[in-house]
Amino acid sequence: MTDIMHSLADIVGEDYVSSQPEEIYFYARDPGLMPPHEPDYVVVPSTVEEIQEIVRLANREKTPVVPMGAGLALTGLIIPLKGGIVIDMKRMNRILEVNEGARYAIVEGGTSQGQLSAYLEKNYPRLRHSIPDAPPTATIAANVTIHGQGRLTQQRGFNSDMVGGLEVVLPSGEVCKIGSCALSFGWFSKGPPLPDLSGLFLGWFGATGIITKLAVKLYPRKKFRDVEIFVTDRGELVPDIVYEITHTEMAEDVLIFTQPMPLMFRDNHHVSFYITGDTDEELEFKRKLIWKALDRFIKAKDGGFMGIPPAMKPTLLEMPQRSASRLADVKRGGGFEYSGPIIMVEKYPECSEKLKELASQYGLAYSGMVRVIDGGHSMMFAFAFAFNRSDPDMMENTRKALKEVSDFVLKVGGVYWKPTVEEQRMALENMDPNTRKLMKMIKENLDPNGIMNPGNWEFIS
Amino acid sequence: MYELKFDGSLCQTCPTADCLVKCQYMDLEKDEAKKQMVNIWEGKDSFVFEGCVTCYACEEYCRRGNHPFYLITEKREEKGLLTAPRAITKQWINIGEPQGKFKVGKPGERVLSFGFMPEFFKMAKGRLFQKAMPSFIFGQEFFCNVVYIHFANTSIIKKRLPMIMENFRKLGVKEVVCLHDECYGSFAHLAPAYGIEVPFKPIHYFEFLYERLKELRNDIKPLNFKVAYQRPCSSRLSPDKHRLVRDIMDLIGVRLVEREYQDENALCCGGIYAMCFGYDLANDVQRRNMDDMAKHGAEYCVFNCPACQGTLGEKVAKMGIKPIHMIELCRMAIGEA
Ligand SMILES: Cc1cc2nc3c(=O)[nH]c(=O)nc-3n(C[C@H](O)[C@H](O)[C@H](O)COP(=O)(O)OP(=O)(O)OC[C@H]3O[C@@H](n4cnc5c(N)ncnc54)[C@H](O)[C@@H]3O)c2cc1C
Repeated sequence: MTDIMHSLADIVGEDYVSSQPEEIYFYARDPGLMPPHEPDYVVVPSTVEEIQEIVRLANREKTPVVPMGAGLALTGLIIPLKGGIVIDMKRMNRILEVNEGARYAIVEGGTSQGQLSAYLEKNYPRLRHSIPDAPPTATIAANVTIHGQGRLTQQRGFNSDMVGGLEVVLPSGEVCKIGSCALSFGWFSKGPPLPDLSGLFLGWFGATGIITKLAVKLYPRKKFRDVEIFVTDRGELVPDIVYEITHTEMAEDVLIFTQPMPLMFRDNHHVSFYITGDTDEELEFKRKLIWKALDRFIKAKDGGFMGIPPAMKPTLLEMPQRSASRLADVKRGGGFEYSGPIIMVEKYPECSEKLKELASQYGLAYSGMVRVIDGGHSMMFAFAFAFNRSDPDMMENTRKALKEVSDFVLKVGGVYWKPTVEEQRMALENMDPNTRKLMKMIKENLDPNGIMNPGNWEFIS
Repeated sequence: MYELKFDGSLCQTCPTADCLVKCQYMDLEKDEAKKQMVNIWEGKDSFVFEGCVTCYACEEYCRRGNHPFYLITEKREEKGLLTAPRAITKQWINIGEPQGKFKVGKPGERVLSFGFMPEFFKMAKGRLFQKAMPSFIFGQEFFCNVVYIHFANTSIIKKRLPMIMENFRKLGVKEVVCLHDECYGSFAHLAPAYGIEVPFKPIHYFEFLYERLKELRNDIKPLNFKVAYQRPCSSRLSPDKHRLVRDIMDLIGVRLVEREYQDENALCCGGIYAMCFGYDLANDVQRRNMDDMAKHGAEYCVFNCPACQGTLGEKVAKMGIKPIHMIELCRMAIGEA
C-alpha cells in the first residue's frame, strides 16, 4: 500500500477506499463522450470530518480531489483529469431536517434526488422540491453545483436559486457555512441579506470546495397535476407561444420538445406545460386561462392542443420523466450526450434549425429538449444526440456535432451549461476579461495548490 | 381516381334539407340550408365551411342516400380550408402511417379488427370472445383512416384505404368484425361512397356482441344500471346499427336514461373540437353533455369508442358517473368484469 492509500484507509476505514483496477476503471469515466482518465484512489467518506481530513491530506500531497455524486452530468465533470482521489459522496446521504413551516430540507452532500422526493412524499405530502429529469440517483448537491434545472424551474429559476444555505469544506480543509445559517439556526437563505457567498461554490463544479450539507427550498405540492401539449409546425412561433403561456403565470413547468421519432412527433414542435391545483376548479381555471391565451394560434391554424392518449399521460406526469433516458438508448449501446446551453427563448427557432441541420449532416438520432427558466427569462436548449458506444464512427460524429453546437452557442448569445473542459476554455476565452480575472482571483485564493477538480475552470494565464 | 358519389339533384329536390336544418352547430332554415348545400355542390363559397365542426351528423340526417359531410370535406380540401391546425393534421397523418408494427393473431375467415386501438387487447377476452380470438388484426396497416375527414383531408384516405384493403385481401379473410365503430363506418359507408372495393363483409361489433350475448343468455345477470350512452361521431356513418345499443342494453338489463342529447341529438365527446377549435366549443359541448347525463341520473356512461372514453372518461368520473366501454359492460353482465 502507498502512503496515501494508508492515510485514506486511516481516515475512512479500509472498506471505503480502493485503488483496485475494477474500481479505478469505473471511476475513470462517465456515460458521455469524454475520454476516460483514471484516478489513483477512490474513497467513500461518511462524515464531514472525514472529508476535511481527505482534503487536508490532498493538500499536503498536492494530489487532486474530485467530488462525485452519481456521475450523471455527462460532460466529463467527474472524470479525474489529473488523477488523484475521487471522493464518492454517496454515503453522505442523510436527510437531516425538514422545516415544514419555512419549507426547506437540510440534506447531506451525497443525498440523491430520489431519496429526498420519496422521503417528502411519505412524511411531508404537502411539500416538494424541484426534481430534475435526471435518473433519481443524481445528487442534489451536484445538481445545484452545476446550476441544474428541475420541475419548478419555470416558476422559481435554476435549482441553485432554490438553495437555502450551504456547508462547504474549503480547499484548505476548513468547514464554512454559507447563507443565513452562518448567523442563524435557520437555513432559509443562501445569501441575502448578507453578501451572497454561495456564488463562490455554485457553478464551480467542485473546483472551489465540497458541499457537505445544503438546504433545499421546498414548495407546495398540490393534490392534482396535469399536462397539456400545444403543437405547432412553425418553430418561429414557439417564443410567442411560450410568452403567452408564461404571461398567464399559471403553468408550473414549461417544456418544449422536437424530435423525429416516434413518427407522431415528426415535423412539429411541442410545447408542454404542467398545471397543478388542490381542487378540480383550480386546475380547470388554470387550464382555461392558458388555453384561451393560445386561442389566436388555434384560430390562425398555426397550432393546437394535441389529444394526449391516456396511456401517454402517466409517462408525461412522472418525475423524473424517463423520456430522456429512453432516448439515451435508441441506438442501443447506451450512449447519450447533450449540450444544453442557457439561452434566450427568442433563439428557439435558430436552435431547432441548427439541431436538425447537424443531425442530418452527421446522420445522428436527435432530440431537442427545452426547459423554460424563470418565467421565460431564458431556456435550457438541449441539443441531444444518442449514439452506440460500440460504434466509434457514430461517437466521433456525435463529438463533431457537439463541437459545432459549442461554436454555434456563442454566436447566438448562449451560455454553456455544465460545460465540458473544452467549452469552459471557450467560455473563459470569450468572456469579459475582467470577469475572467475575478474568477481566477477567486480560484487561486481559495485553492492555491490547485487540487480541487483540476482541469475544470482552469486559468491558463 | 376515387370519386365521391354525390348527386346534387337530390339536394335541389330535397323536401327537408335536414342535413343542415338539423345541424346542432348552425342555425339554418330549410330554404337557406338547401341553397347552401347546392352552393357547396357547385363549388361556390358557403358559410357552412366556417360553421361545420365536423360532427358527421349530416351523414345520418340525410335520408336520401347522399353524402353531405363527405361533400363538405371534399370541397374544403379543394379550397384549402383547414379545419384543424396544420400541426395537428400532420400529427394525425403521421400517427396513421403504416410502419410495419402491425400485429396479426391467427386469422381465420372471420377476424376481429382492433383498428389500431391497443385498448381492445384488454377488452377482447373472456367468453364473449372465446370463439373469435385469437383471430385478430391490429395496426396502421389495417387502420380505416376515416378520422381524416375531421381534418378535411380525403386525399390521404383515398391513398391509404385501397392499400389497407389489399392488406385484408392478402389475409384472405371473409368477415371483419370491427371493434372500433370508425372502422365499420369506413368499410361499410365511406369506402362504398368513394367506390373503393371492400374485399370482405364488415360486421359491426354491436351485432357480434348481440349475437354472442343471445348465445350466453343463461349467463346474463341483469345489471339494473341506469346508463347514458356516449354516441361517437362515426356512429353517424352507420345509423342502422345504432338501434343495437338499445337491443344490447335490454338484453343485459340496463336502462338507458332518456336524455336530451342522445340518438340523433347526441353530442360529440369534444376531443376533436378541442384540437381543431379550442377551449370554448369543446368545453361547452362537454359541459352540456355531461350535465345532461347527470341530470337524468346516469350511474354509468357507456362508451362505444375508446377515443371518446379517453376524452370524456375522467371528466364524467369526476362527476360521479362511472365510465365504461360497451364491451366491458357486456362482460360485466355475464359476470366477468
Ligand atoms: C437522462 C438524463 C436526464 C437529465 N435531466 C436533467 C434535468 O432535467 N435537469 C438537470 O439539471 N440535469 C439533468 N441531467 C444532468 C445531470 O444528470 C444532473 O444535473 C444531475 O443532477 C447531476 O448530478 P450527479 O450527482 O450525477 O452529478 P455528478 O456528475 O456526479 O457531478 C457533477 C459535478 O458536481 C461536482 N460535485 C458533485 N458532488 C459535489 C459536492 N458535494 N460538492 C461540490 N461539487 C460536487 C462534481 O465534481 C461535478 O463537477 C440529466 C442527465 C441524464 C443522464
